[in-house]
Amino acid sequence: MPRRRLERRGCVSGPTLAPALALRERESAIPEPESLDSVNPATYNQTDQSVHSFPEAAMSVAVSHASSLFRDGRLLPVWDKVRARERLSREDGRLLFETADLHGLGRMADLAKSRLYGDQVFFVLNRYVNPTNVCVLSCSFCDFARKKGEAGAFENSIEDVLEMIKPGTREAHIVGGHHPDWPFEYFERMIAAIHAARPETQIKAFTAAEVDYWWRRWKIEPREALTRLKRAGLHSMPGGGAEIFSPRLAKLLRYSGKADADRWCEIHGIAHSLGIKTNATMLYGHVETMDERVEHLLRLREQQDRSGGFLTFIPLAYQIGDTKLVQRQTPPTDDLRTIAASRLLLDNFPHVEAYWVMIGQETASLALHFGASDVNGTLEDEKIAHMAKAESPAGLAQEQILRMIRDAGKVPVERDALYNVVRVWN
Amino acid sequence: MLDAVRDKLDAGKRLDRAEGRWLLTEAPLVDVGALAQEARFRRIPERRVTFVIDSNPNYTNVCVTDCQFCAFYRKPGHPEAYTLTVEQVMDKVAFAAERGATTVLLQGGHNPALPLHYYLSLVRETRRRFPSVTPHFFTASELCTVAEVSSLPVAEVLARLKEAGQSTLPGGGAEILSERVRRRIEPKKGGPAAWLDVHREAHRQGFRSTATMMYGHVETPEDVLDHLDAIRALQDEHGGFTAFVPWSFKPGNTLLEKWIKQYQGGSAYLRMLGASRLYLDNFPHVQASWFSEGKRAGQVALSWGADDFGGTLFEENVHAAADYVNKTTVDEIITLIRDAGFTPAQRTTEYEILRAY
Repeated sequence: MPRRRLERRGCVSGPTLAPALALRERESAIPEPESLDSVNPATYNQTDQSVHSFPEAAMSVAVSHASSLFRDGRLLPVWDKVRARERLSREDGRLLFETADLHGLGRMADLAKSRLYGDQVFFVLNRYVNPTNVCVLSCSFCDFARKKGEAGAFENSIEDVLEMIKPGTREAHIVGGHHPDWPFEYFERMIAAIHAARPETQIKAFTAAEVDYWWRRWKIEPREALTRLKRAGLHSMPGGGAEIFSPRLAKLLRYSGKADADRWCEIHGIAHSLGIKTNATMLYGHVETMDERVEHLLRLREQQDRSGGFLTFIPLAYQIGDTKLVQRQTPPTDDLRTIAASRLLLDNFPHVEAYWVMIGQETASLALHFGASDVNGTLEDEKIAHMAKAESPAGLAQEQILRMIRDAGKVPVERDALYNVVRVWN
Repeated sequence: MLDAVRDKLDAGKRLDRAEGRWLLTEAPLVDVGALAQEARFRRIPERRVTFVIDSNPNYTNVCVTDCQFCAFYRKPGHPEAYTLTVEQVMDKVAFAAERGATTVLLQGGHNPALPLHYYLSLVRETRRRFPSVTPHFFTASELCTVAEVSSLPVAEVLARLKEAGQSTLPGGGAEILSERVRRRIEPKKGGPAAWLDVHREAHRQGFRSTATMMYGHVETPEDVLDHLDAIRALQDEHGGFTAFVPWSFKPGNTLLEKWIKQYQGGSAYLRMLGASRLYLDNFPHVQASWFSEGKRAGQVALSWGADDFGGTLFEENVHAAADYVNKTTVDEIITLIRDAGFTPAQRTTEYEILRAY
């Protein structure tokens, strides 16, 4: 597939990926006939039809009337904006998290997603690597971290890490605790060693929280750290460590010793300026308010306007584990709502992900009707969610990923860490 | 098509086959859900979701029908074959009754060695010893076997069961009510007419029953439409069905596993539920099966037309034989329904409310 075409379809995030504007240009390119032959024109046309089969006139009918598409009439002005590709406001965002009209939300988010990718859903063959779970922090929601010497603490050597990454692995996702004794140079050597041993593997490593910790602990400026890591072979950065951007929660859940919203965004901005693509996350389903979710998303949208290097937004459903901030995991309808609202609010993010590890394969599959365009990947040996007793398996075979996507009637597209298309599974 | 379906819903008109086909194949999944919820709230305006405290024991796994989708049965003489005595079954009923069950759904294989009085004793003894338990016993195909073995018409078997104290029938064994499908996966069980005739006669005698559907194997959307048409037409005759209960085929340890490796997922389930809710305009209830589709898919199903969450299933062996196991408690069911945004209410076998939470 020619690169030019992929770029227009939003599949490639090379240096051309500028924020909202570029995204919109690519969107408008999709219905062009010549772009249809790139992947599965049949399903493309089908999606287009279903999107346009809602007659304009039907939108304006009285809300109380059953023939309205929306049970909650307050969504109609939002629907108008979504169709006109207008940016949603804070109040719109609050409404998305408040409305009982789950189907209305899904319909809007599905339009926003289909407009970008038709029926395609992306995944990557990846490996999850945690160099260590030793961490100086004690975040209330975390079942993963251990203190040095505590039972269950692990510290992997560079050789151990290399062992974990089998030849041919497309992407290595590397995150860990804030280890008080490991110097920055250790991580730099780790990346260089992986890159040398597995040149075919794209390295997605270190959250902004870890990068910030190197400053706190070793006084390595984030710009210097990221420049050196990039030189060593870093391709992209994961979106973890954002938790919820809220000073109230940072204090309450004891993560105030971690990069706050400004710092987290600053570090991602620096990464973007260095040409390092990154992801963003939000930890939800604990004691946060809906307003805090909206503020978090708006902050990310603002940062993306500024630096433009985010690839994917990944809402992370809190796992009860042993930390038990709440009685039960948030219900699947909340996962679907959060994914849909994120897709609608984050109009400048290329992708919103259904992270099957946290929400389960079934809900992840359903989320593909609610605006999600990515399911992450095989995630061999995932630990953070599983140490919090996530019920999903620790890693899925490729065929299970394909099934999750096909069950939803979507077309699986294997990608690399930067969303270059590896293979379309028709 | 969306307009046509919506207009019919507004006018209270029946959907035709083309509209059913659209819902089962092309309609966007969220639209199927939105329409199905509209239909659901028209029938039951409250955000109430019912459940039953029940158990699903089995009296025998001996079966001569060799259905390709079944992992539960054993041929007569097989080392793992079993048949319980009436007393052994009563122990299982007692187990359920002690846990508050109001329904015991008892079913088993087609065992030609069992006489009519065995079945009658099960009903009579349950009624006598456990007045709080409704004997929801024996599917249509088992009753056909009883009729054959005892050389009596099905109508007579049903009349005797009624006399013994039975008033409801479970809806299992329908699978897909299409000649083509049944010839392929259950040739020895008879065509769709066998199942329908038993339920017709039962309804005529005043029994209430459920209708089930097992999809996700060799059927096409046309076969599903045949199934829905057949039960909708039967319901027009006597109105004896309380609920429709679809679930996905689980291939583990079955003869069909060779061709069908995996069961269909949540999207297919929601589509099936939503389309059924809309198509089966004369069915009072549609059941979400937390058990067969998973608790989280079951919760979402409550937004796709289902108004019932099934039962607690203290004992279950048929899915378990296909290596599919799922367990819950009354408290968990109440919580799952609440978390999904609905108000739980405990019901009887016949969908009368016992207790609202």
